[in-house]
Amino acid sequence: MNPVDVREAVTRAHRAEWARVVAALTRRFGDLDIAEEAAAEAFATAVERWPADGVPPNPGAWLTVTANRRAIDRIRRESKREDKQREAQMVHDDDPPEPLGAIDDERLRLIFTCCHPALAVQTRIALTLRMVGGLTVPEIARAYLVQPTAMEQRITRAKAKIKAARIPYRVPSAEDLPARVAGVLTVLYLVFNEGYLATGPGTDPVRGDLTAEAIRLTRLIHALLPDDGEVTGLLALMLLIEARRTARVAIDGELIPLGEQDRGSWDRAMIAEGHQLVRERLATGVAPGRYQILAAVNAVHTSARDVRDTDWSQVVALYDQLVRVDPSPIIAVNRAVAVAELDGPEVALAAVERHADALDGYHAYHATRADLLRRLGLGERARAAYDRAIELAGNSAEVAYLTRRRDQLGHA
Amino acid sequence: MQYLVSVIDDKSNSGTPEEMAAIDEFNEGLRADGHWVFAGGLAAPDTATVIDNRDGAAIFTDGPFVESKEYLAGFWVMEAADLDVALRLAAAGSKACNRRVEVRPFL
Repeated sequence: MNPVDVREAVTRAHRAEWARVVAALTRRFGDLDIAEEAAAEAFATAVERWPADGVPPNPGAWLTVTANRRAIDRIRRESKREDKQREAQMVHDDDPPEPLGAIDDERLRLIFTCCHPALAVQTRIALTLRMVGGLTVPEIARAYLVQPTAMEQRITRAKAKIKAARIPYRVPSAEDLPARVAGVLTVLYLVFNEGYLATGPGTDPVRGDLTAEAIRLTRLIHALLPDDGEVTGLLALMLLIEARRTARVAIDGELIPLGEQDRGSWDRAMIAEGHQLVRERLATGVAPGRYQILAAVNAVHTSARDVRDTDWSQVVALYDQLVRVDPSPIIAVNRAVAVAELDGPEVALAAVERHADALDGYHAYHATRADLLRRLGLGERARAAYDRAIELAGNSAEVAYLTRRRDQLGHA
Repeated sequence: MQYLVSVIDDKSNSGTPEEMAAIDEFNEGLRADGHWVFAGGLAAPDTATVIDNRDGAAIFTDGPFVESKEYLAGFWVMEAADLDVALRLAAAGSKACNRRVEVRPFL
């Protein structure tokens, strides 16, 4: 078989089967560490064997069987540990979880364990990318600009806590489910945002690998929990943002704001899928949560062929709805951008500056103020606001954009 | 599986009558549901004595082994199937005693 085809088959199998293999082994052996190691060994064996033996007809089954053997080998090797192993088995219930409108999938247990609220958020992100996403530790370390050894320690410590504190391997009860799903979505949205607005001077301004991984994992949760409105909302939101990815950064690395993007280069297929998901949620008539409202805002933007066609009153109405669900002052910043189009920059400035104290450390607050002050012809105040926004912004494309805007003030 | 649920406070024996009543009620629930192992309040850290008898000649030191503004003011030992159960019980315990608590598994 062609080595390129084999490599592609392994990559495909890795994407499709990694989480399933880890989840099945965790269930069987009650130990994330054994599951992770055996899964990694099974994929390494595939890389070794498939070029000579050919790709098996059912790669997932082959990988699971191989990983199971590796896990048993390890347990036998450490036979002294075997009894302890049995004692330390993770707790799981054998009853199927309460009906969720989805098939009972081991991967769901894996996701909820990795995103357990007793783990720090950064730890949940790392563990989810490793155990569910199948990223290697060096890949995750690179994504979050930490040393691989530090990332390895974080993941090792998390696995030890899961075992010692008995974080269960189970789908939460119906009563706990909404809060726990919200915790999973927070992790996925943080991964997406780090890809979308990558921080740090050494990184690309947009990390397509992280946004793609976040979308892939959210798709998986959506397939497992198809009736959860916020899961659907987050998937729609990610798709509608991702659709504009290539239009968002100029060749010279400068951020292009929404109003100046080449809308012809937006990904129509992703937008169509995002719109479909938003319509699906609207049709249920159930009051939307935060992600669904944000997805609806982005659906309004992506429905306008030209920025001048944007239905700004609809955007403001959606942000008003969002404030009722989530009273965070950060929303006031995004709302102000729409208010400026609808009622003018003066009204928008007053609305956003009401939150000056709470938002002083937030770069987007100063960037938005800077733009409003510029439009009002208040050059000196605009310059100070740009300075502060540049100081606080972590994303290189955004810094480039803000710097040019500030420097253009000087020529006015 | 047993968990230590520590009550964090900067005072000792500082529960109000309402808090004590809520704790009693919470403890009754623990007993009724089979989670109760042991619980107690502790006197202030400055009543502690540290003992070092590692080399056979016991040395007694007045005061706690670590000085901190907040300390262990009381604790529960609870029986729980897993951390989800322990966290739910600890959350109810925190509410009952009106203090922050820490959950830590026994080995």
